[in-house]
Amino acid sequence: MFKVKVYVTLKQGVLDPQGKAVKGALHSMDFQLVEEVRIGKYMELTVDHTENVEAQIEDMCKRLLANPVMEEYSYEIEEVVGQ
Amino acid sequence: MKFAVIVFPGSNCDIDMYHAIQDELGEEVSYVSHTDTDLSAFDGVLLPGGFSHGDYLRSGAIARFAPIMTAVKEAAQSGKPVLGVCNGFQILLETGLLPGAMKQNRDLKFMCRPTKLRVETNHTMFTSLYEVGEQITIPIAHGEGNYDCDEQTLQAMKQHNQIVFRYVGDNPNGSKDDIAGVINKQGNVLGMMPHPERAVSNLLGSEDGLRLFQSILKHWREKHVITS
Repeated sequence: MFKVKVYVTLKQGVLDPQGKAVKGALHSMDFQLVEEVRIGKYMELTVDHTENVEAQIEDMCKRLLANPVMEEYSYEIEEVVGQ
Repeated sequence: MKFAVIVFPGSNCDIDMYHAIQDELGEEVSYVSHTDTDLSAFDGVLLPGGFSHGDYLRSGAIARFAPIMTAVKEAAQSGKPVLGVCNGFQILLETGLLPGAMKQNRDLKFMCRPTKLRVETNHTMFTSLYEVGEQITIPIAHGEGNYDCDEQTLQAMKQHNQIVFRYVGDNPNGSKDDIAGVINKQGNVLGMMPHPERAVSNLLGSEDGLRLFQSILKHWREKHVITS
């Protein structure tokens, strides 16, 4: 088994309305050090042990998990060792 | 003319769309389930608003893979009119039948109110009965109508007159270049956030949306004129 952690965020340069609101809130709490907030999605996939997992995850990200028009994605694949 | 209203789990403007066609336009209309696979009996395809599949992941992201969408793409390729309103527009974007993508509204709020739109072109099968530059009142109801695309796509759309409607004055959702509706290059797939089907009678507050459906019908009749 593998555990796959997928991160999806808006592309750099695409204005993130939620991130902007959260940055405003942090500033109003006196966390002036915050220059930018980008909000994204985190997904955890548990997948069967198969060949070319990475190619399939890549395909899933491109076709469904992220919208390549405005989002970018990254992922980590960890092998889960049976108990 | 025979219209199909596609019904996804979570569609909630399908009945409005159905009645706009049946009662105000006076044409034939049927509901077609997202699990169906054939649209060959229809002359026009309408993707209604709502929250298909709960809008999970992204609006329209899951509906895009519904069995009916292959038939919708075929209808689009064959030149039939395809109209996506609100969630229907979001589905067309996710499918890639229209350029760009939708983000959450600039102010993070669900906006539900009448908006003023400017008709930017009447050289389309959806807007031939409007004047260019005409201002019309059509309601919006969405949380994710903040249209976005890259600069290159925007320039290409401007060049090909693909921006059909823009918000006038107040831009309710922060959409790029005040865009409220765009059409594909071939001119038969229109997506728009405002709801023309909710503006087909003065009883509803506006009848400015009716001419959009009448334009589709006019175009269809001109194409299917019987020469004796």
